[in-house]
Amino acid sequence: MRFHAFHLMPYRHLDLAEANKHRSYWSVLPNRLYDSGKGADLYQEYLDQLVLAAKLGFDGVCVNEHHQTAYGLMPAPNLIASILIDRTRGMQTRIPIIGRALPLLNNPLTVAEEYAMLDNLSHGRIVAGFVRGIGCEYHASGVNPIYSHDRFHEAHDLIIRAWTDPGPFEFEGEQYNFKYVNTWPRPVQRPHPPVWIPSQGSAETIEWAADPKRKYPFIITFSPIESVLRFHELYKQQARKFGYEADGSQLGWAVPVYVAETDEIAIKESAQHIEALFNNYLYMPLEMLLPPGYTSINSLKAILSTKKGMTTAKQSMADILAKGTFAVGSPETVRRKVEEAHAKSGFKVMVCMIQFGTLPDALVRKSTELFAKEVMPKLRGLGESTAKAAE
Amino acid sequence: MASPKSETLEILGAKIRLRRAGKGAPMLFLHGAGGVAVWLPLFEKLSESFELLVPDHPGFGASDTPPWLKNIGDAALYYLDLVEALKLDRVHVVGTSLGGWIAAEAAVRNCTPFATMTLVAPAGLRVAGVPAGDPFIWSHEEHVRNLYHDPSFAERALSVPVTPELADLQIKNRFAFARLAWQPRLFNPDLERWLHRIKTPVQLVWGNEDKLLPVAFAQAWLKRLPKARLLPIPQCGHLPHVERADEVASAIRSFIRETAP
Repeated sequence: MRFHAFHLMPYRHLDLAEANKHRSYWSVLPNRLYDSGKGADLYQEYLDQLVLAAKLGFDGVCVNEHHQTAYGLMPAPNLIASILIDRTRGMQTRIPIIGRALPLLNNPLTVAEEYAMLDNLSHGRIVAGFVRGIGCEYHASGVNPIYSHDRFHEAHDLIIRAWTDPGPFEFEGEQYNFKYVNTWPRPVQRPHPPVWIPSQGSAETIEWAADPKRKYPFIITFSPIESVLRFHELYKQQARKFGYEADGSQLGWAVPVYVAETDEIAIKESAQHIEALFNNYLYMPLEMLLPPGYTSINSLKAILSTKKGMTTAKQSMADILAKGTFAVGSPETVRRKVEEAHAKSGFKVMVCMIQFGTLPDALVRKSTELFAKEVMPKLRGLGESTAKAAE
Repeated sequence: MASPKSETLEILGAKIRLRRAGKGAPMLFLHGAGGVAVWLPLFEKLSESFELLVPDHPGFGASDTPPWLKNIGDAALYYLDLVEALKLDRVHVVGTSLGGWIAAEAAVRNCTPFATMTLVAPAGLRVAGVPAGDPFIWSHEEHVRNLYHDPSFAERALSVPVTPELADLQIKNRFAFARLAWQPRLFNPDLERWLHRIKTPVQLVWGNEDKLLPVAFAQAWLKRLPKARLLPIPQCGHLPHVERADEVASAIRSFIRETAP
């Protein structure tokens, strides 16, 4: 099992009562609510948290991209990645950027270039995450969500070719056209940096990621544990349809994690902060979460019929615990939760969101240390031992 | 009251639903983003004097969503094909909101088939400093309420039971609307540079209380269109052809009588 520490870098000093007067914390939340004095300090606090995680032995420290929101202050995640690369120099720590939102870009070659730069700067430690961005970001960028899937696939193909085909070459697409593709520098990792696909589990994306041409690790983000396991199973079934067995290294679970001395303390210390994540920072109405074309018409109908869009409904700590969207408790409890999930799906990539919502620095550091010292070592062998047992 | 006859046309490989009613000079009605879920009282009035043709736009209602439909220009050129296919060499056009925009985009490319044009609160232009509403961020209820000035119309629209068929239709129309109007939101920056090409007489009809496209937008059209007049409708929202069907029907009839006898 590999463990990665992940950060959204939210604006945790937000006046929630004031912010709640607005439609969402995305796109329409007035940026006068951002205090740059406090925000500048937050960047240092959050970078220090990720560096702490690297020093505590996490296999990777992850960043990601969001726009026009207090939910995450990394519209340009590669800037943060480059700092992390330097602050983990000489270490083996991976730097997954999970990921850049390809359809939002009018020139996806900038991602091929920037990732290649980061791969050189890190001597081959980056993981290249590709996402579509979330629904709101089609409001924030203006990009027409009707073309979201087309742009994602075409931008992906272009970037992979820019890293692997000899340049210069000409790229002719429906969404993107380039007379000259000739990326300098080339990436260090061959044929290209590993690609991860973080997702909420759409059938189309599972089929695409599991394709034998790609076999991309599929990281299910912020979903109830039952959904995570179901999507892992779908991925494995899809792999079998393609004629191979998916390895646990292709299956990931991204989840907020909070560890404290006891279950009671963990729940008490984290409750208001995780509720702030799900009910405030992540909340958006349907029109913002799922703009037309972001999902297919059929997927949208399926979502509407089950009303499973978790970010459009308010949930209490009890709901969050019941759904298992949060790995919280004593080291023993969290270890057991991970073991139980692993026993069902065999996933070998765990992405731990070490800070969430309004969680303050001291608690982040305490929880991250407890996880690294009391939980992680005992789970290291997961997946490795089953592989050995199977031999 | 004559009920409309529904037929299916096939143009450019796409099946299009077309409803016709009445006898007289041909009149093409181009609907707004919500489509034509019900046969409107306005259609009853107009079909007393005209042969009214009401197609579902490509991508909307009971029409196919053709792969070639990528932007507003495709919708506009499609309608030039349609008027040719139906041999409508002198047709009156009534277009509301999105339909008005499509009509204008078609007419800047070729206005000769159009005898007159009535544009009811057309989308398509922007006016610096006058923000339009955003139907893509509004909730469904908010959207419906923002379309009318008289709240009883919104109440009635919201009280219609949403059958699975109606829900599917609303999703389909919303996807097609986004395809044409998401970005730039509800306008084409190139359109205003070419409005002078519309030599056809144009009547603009605009609700003074339009919350989606404020009536100030009418001035931008008047400034650029060579032969245009404005009928502002007080105490009326974005859908004058619904909120003031009688008034709009008689304005269309008298405009046509005066300009294209």
